Formats: sequence, structure tokens, C-alpha cells
Amino acid sequence: MKELRVVLRFNEDVVEQPITYHLIADYGVQVNILRASIDPGKQGMMMVALRAKEAQVDKGLAYLNDMGVQVDPLATEIQHLDDRCTSCTACVPHCPTDALAVDRETWMVSFDPDKCIVCLSCLDTCIYRAMAIASG
Amino acid sequence: MSKTIEEINAKIQKGTAVVVTAEEIIPMVQKHGPQKIASEVDVVTTGTFSPMCSSGAFLNIKQPREKIKFGGGVVSLNNVPAYAGLAAADIYIGATALREDDPRNSKKQPGRFDYGGAHVIADLIAGKTVRLKAGAYGTDCYPETRRDQSIGLSDMTDAFMFNPRNCYQNYNVAVNLSNKPIYTYMGKLKPRIGNAYYCSAGQLSPLFNDPHYRTIGLGTRIFFCGAQGYVAWHGTQHNPASPRHENGTPKAPAGNVALIGNLKEMSSEWIRAVSFTGYGVTLSVAVGVPIPMLDADMAQCVAIRDTDLTAPIVDYSSFYPRGEGEASLGQVSYAALKTGHIEVQGKKVPTGSFSSYQLAQKVASHLKDLVQKGEFLLTQPQASLPGAPAGREVLA
Repeated sequence: MKELRVVLRFNEDVVEQPITYHLIADYGVQVNILRASIDPGKQGMMMVALRAKEAQVDKGLAYLNDMGVQVDPLATEIQHLDDRCTSCTACVPHCPTDALAVDRETWMVSFDPDKCIVCLSCLDTCIYRAMAIASG
Repeated sequence: MSKTIEEINAKIQKGTAVVVTAEEIIPMVQKHGPQKIASEVDVVTTGTFSPMCSSGAFLNIKQPREKIKFGGGVVSLNNVPAYAGLAAADIYIGATALREDDPRNSKKQPGRFDYGGAHVIADLIAGKTVRLKAGAYGTDCYPETRRDQSIGLSDMTDAFMFNPRNCYQNYNVAVNLSNKPIYTYMGKLKPRIGNAYYCSAGQLSPLFNDPHYRTIGLGTRIFFCGAQGYVAWHGTQHNPASPRHENGTPKAPAGNVALIGNLKEMSSEWIRAVSFTGYGVTLSVAVGVPIPMLDADMAQCVAIRDTDLTAPIVDYSSFYPRGEGEASLGQVSYAALKTGHIEVQGKKVPTGSFSSYQLAQKVASHLKDLVQKGEFLLTQPQASLPGAPAGREVLA
């Protein structure tokens, strides 16, 4: 099995298409929606974990590509700015996936982008503004 | 056997003083007992790094040839208002001051509080210039009525931080009993006790290590954001009468200190402006206090551990703001808080802190180095902070 966390961006032409249905029904891909913002007639985005055999995930991605859905890796979305972080741990109880975690021996807070689902909780929580949305 | 501060200072100057941090002392006293350790160790260094809202700086701005009287006028730095009700060239910039056009909190969304007095102070310490704008009414001796210029620390005759309430001896653990998220000075609290925030360095915190203010008093020299500062007074709302454990440490917010130090000697490494979403701007400061190992009683005090220290769990949705509901939802140890989870009303609750333990360790180690190198001498307090017998009841 392969699991892939990605951000799907839809333009107004495809935003009303049942894309999630086709991923599941036609390609056998498990789709776990982590966060979504979709308005009919406007652009939309959806953060998803896709899970299936590698070949099926690849076929699913090809389908998304054909449909004009932009697929970006999740990890590039949120940045941890080391020079601003004081390892206070205020972000830790807000992070739903332990992407932000503290080593309780060294008291160093670290960020694992692979675990991040871009819920944006940390942006509100970090008083040092050490968490930022990556530009581009 | 007991030692005096003079004797300890003589050892520091000779380079023979034994200095350890308030963390390192714990296993030493556990293993060898307070008597032996009191004779072997001379100084124990404490440290804390945390947001402390009652902070700000007095600035004296050099006068140009045509003088201006700020007093009674209006002054801002980078559009953040400063207090000008002082003499002609003196102003006070408070950490929590906000620009007039800051959107603050609106009904729709909590404010972000991107820039305020704390940022002005941090910018000045970082060597940046800020824009001073002043309007005055003009007098015969101070004829100028407007000033608009960039100024930095070199344009000031004096600049010193004076913080009326820092280094709280213990603090509340904040939770939210309501059904909606709330934004407080203790962070974003999730509904139905979804998280708990604490704010103390615990076993490294200065006043936890000198619970009865035996050595920390007026005139105590401290490490203060990179400078050598002093305890100037007891802090506002200093409350020595708070209930205490047998080990002397308070079970709730208790003592605190007013601190003073030269802004021109401070370093960006030890100070940060911070923005609490939905609450406001404030300043995180680094404070380290050296504690002289006078005798075995003192050794017992500085050997305090996170397991011995407790804080009250307080609801910030109803009790704190309006005094409704239960005053405390129980006591919890700092050792438990630092595991990452505590139990409140039968629920497992994740914890986080606003006080950086990692930086508290760094402050204590840095101060240890300074004392070991003979660059930091201890002082005899000139007067004691109000102690428990003379205590007063103050609502935290």
C-alpha cells in the first residue's frame, strides 16, 4: 500500500465535478479528507491522504492530472522558522498529528512536515510567529 | 556551617567558586544531603524565559538645538503610542501598547496583534531605528511643537527597561470549560478542557528556588535580557500570603519582582516581542537570578524539583473573567504538566507551556558561566521583599 498526502487545487471548471467519487469508485483509492474548502463556481482546495496500491495511486494521480486538478505535496505548505522558535511548546497541544512535537529530554520542539496536515492551528497558537505558510 | 555573600564573592573573584544550575543541584542534594552540598557549592543559578506583560522601557531622547517638551504632548514610536506624562525628554513605551489603527479584536475574528510596544523595544535592542513622532504645545523654554525623525538607542541619553511585574512565583494552569474556543493571555484554549497551558520554568524558576525571599530582595543583581539588571521593588500584586506547601513554595501565583536594567546592554538573543492571537502584544524576557548558597536550609530550597511544585488549574472561560464557577479545578505538579498530559475532571488533557524551559536552561547555564568567569558578582539585598508574615491578600 502507498499513502500520499497531497493538496488538490481545483479551478472553477472542475470544482463541481465528483472527483472524489471517481477516485474511490474507478481507481479504488481510499480518500481521507483532512481539510477542504470548496465553493461551487469558484476555486477550491482539498487536503487529502490517498491510500491504495502504488499502481492505483499512480492511476488516480493521472486521472487528477487529466481533469486539470493541480496536485501539490503537502509538506511544502507550512514552515517552521527555527530562528524564531523558542521551543516553548505552546503549539504542541494544538497539533492534531504530532507534526509539532517536543523531545522531553532536550526540550527541543521540532516539526515533521511529513506529518503535517496543514490544519493551520499552529499559526494561531505560536506567539513567536515561528510557523508560517510557505510562499509559492 | 554558613557562608556570607562577601565570602562567596571573594571566591568568585579568585575563580574558585563552585557554581551549578538549579537543575544540576537537585541530584547533588538528593545524593549527598543539604549539609554537605551547602559547604561544597557556592552559587546556584536559576533562569526563566517567558512572556511578561508588565514590561516596558523609559527612554530619554536627546534634544535637538531647538528643544521640545514631550511632557503633556503626544508621542509615538513606529506609530505605537508612548506615555509622555513625564519631563520634557522622557517617555515610557509599554510592551502591550498598540497602534491606533491596529484592528484589534473584532466580532468576526480575533486580532493578530502584529506590532506593538514590545516590537518597538525589541527593534531598538536589535539596533534598528524607529520613527519618533511627537506633538507638543510649545513653551518659552521648549519652543518646538513637532518632531518627526528616525531614532535608535544612540539617540537616547538613557534607555532602561523597568518592568513592574516579572518572574511570577508560580502561575495558573489555564483551561476552558465552555463549549467554544477562547483566546486568552494563556493562549488559545480549546472547548471542554481540550488543552491546558502552564507558564513557569518550575524547578528552574527564580522565586521557586527562594520561596521565602531570603536572598532575592531589593538590589539583587540579576541577569536581565543579556544585561546585568536589578530587582527594584516587589512587583505589583506581589502576594506572599498565597497558600503554601510545607516546602515553602506557593500553591498559586504569589510573589513577583519589579526589574530594572539598561536597554543599551540587552541583546536580541534574550528578548522577543510576541503576539497572542485574540489577546494582544507582549514581551518575552530572559531573567536569571543567582542564589548564594548560604547554608543547608538554602541547599534544601534550591533542591526543589518539579514533583514538589504544584499549580492551580483555573477555568478561563468563566471563573477567571467573571468570577463564576469554581475557583480551582485542583492542583497539578509541574512534573505532571511536563509529561505532556494531565488529568482534569477525569479527562486526559494535552499540555503546553508559554514559558520556554529550553531557554530557561540556557539562561541558567549562561549565568553560571558568567559567575564562574568572575564576570557576575552577587549582591546583598538592601531590603527584603514583603514576606509571608507581612503578606497581603491580593487577587491574582
